[in-house]
Amino acid sequence: MYQVVVSEFSTSSLYYAEKKEKLKLYSYWKSSCSHRVRIALTLKGIEYEYVPVNPLKRDEFLKINPMGAVPALVDGDVVVSDSLAIIMYLDEKYPEPPLLPRDLHKRAVNYQAASIVFSGIQPYQNTPVARYIVEKTNAEEKTAWVNNAITKGFTALEDLLVSCTGKYATGDEVYLADLFLAPQIHAAINRFQINMEPYPTLAKCYESYNDLPAFQNAVPEKQPDAPASTS
Amino acid sequence: MKLYSYWRSSCAHRVRIALSLKGLEYEYIPVNLLKGEQSDPDFKKINPMGTVPALVDGDVVISDSLAIIMYLDEKYPEPPLLPPDLHKRAVNFQASSIVLSGIQPHQNLGVLKFIEEKINSEEKTAWVTNAITKGFTALEKLLVSCAGKHATGDEVYLADLFLAPQIYGAINRFQINMEPYPTLAKCYESYKDLPAFQNAAPEKQPDAPASTS
Repeated sequence: MYQVVVSEFSTSSLYYAEKKEKLKLYSYWKSSCSHRVRIALTLKGIEYEYVPVNPLKRDEFLKINPMGAVPALVDGDVVVSDSLAIIMYLDEKYPEPPLLPRDLHKRAVNYQAASIVFSGIQPYQNTPVARYIVEKTNAEEKTAWVNNAITKGFTALEDLLVSCTGKYATGDEVYLADLFLAPQIHAAINRFQINMEPYPTLAKCYESYNDLPAFQNAVPEKQPDAPASTS
Repeated sequence: MKLYSYWRSSCAHRVRIALSLKGLEYEYIPVNLLKGEQSDPDFKKINPMGTVPALVDGDVVISDSLAIIMYLDEKYPEPPLLPPDLHKRAVNFQASSIVLSGIQPHQNLGVLKFIEEKINSEEKTAWVTNAITKGFTALEKLLVSCAGKHATGDEVYLADLFLAPQIYGAINRFQINMEPYPTLAKCYESYKDLPAFQNAAPEKQPDAPASTS
């Protein structure tokens, strides 16, 4: 006669597994940098606790992230901030699906596209910068400033991606570039009323994200801290 | 390999350090940003982005300093530009990003010209000083607990390639006082002993004006 014995060890390790802390993402619904990380987490099927932070209320948050900017990820004892650093961390710790293609040149294109967004466009449209420009000049100059940054950046992205795009930015799989493109185009269209006609490659990529739950679930208006009127 | 570079471009400076660290020979091709040579049709044929630096490796053309450095690190893995530890790797990306997206975009030529034209020269100085101060304060906090001989330990990693040119520019172009940032200042001192960093310095480049050497 055989008895099935559930050892104490196995139940306690199950208990431990259930009690393991979820990742925490400090995020702001409208932040395009947070938006990128939300896509990454969802693509990789990683559960996380969404902790809303208003980047205009800096002091408490400065303890978690010295730059006082969202997003920040807390994974047990590890705190990582900055969207690129978080995404690379997630991709290395949770490799499936991979956010970079195998081909070296295509990997470079992904880094380049991401960089055009995070160093060539987004720094010029974030709230503190926009506020500074309005204060020192006026609202029209601010609009011109942001439009100029987006136009330059989108023109560069269009040139970069037109010859290697597939279903998505750099082929038929979603990669790093898509995580940076989607939030940038979303903001350009919804916040800055940019016309996408001059950028057919980018527009086509953006359309393709509409079919992907990981992208749709990450949009600003679906986040817990989005104002009711945006949903 | 060819590197399209401008002596004073901090983005090109980062790539020059990477190439030297990895012992990679390359042909230095100057592009004068002040004269607008990056918009020349001939340069744009090679690099449609019209930006410096650009690396040509056979058929492959890559621009953007981060993309070039990651490409070099993946194709020529020794010495590695990222540490084995995941968290330390994240710190390296974060430090690089603070420079790439938090500081440098606010001090490049195009932006400075815009501010000077639309506002005035004093505002331009205040703008850059503000960006550098914010960024250096964040970097100081980020690195104070993990710096060793260099930014994230006793080996040179990605963060150092971004820090060195940024601090160089801050001191030499924008007269920033490094006293509030002892960790960054100590890192910067440590680069003085490293040929890869010294050879990459702006004043040592073929297109640096004679008076700077």
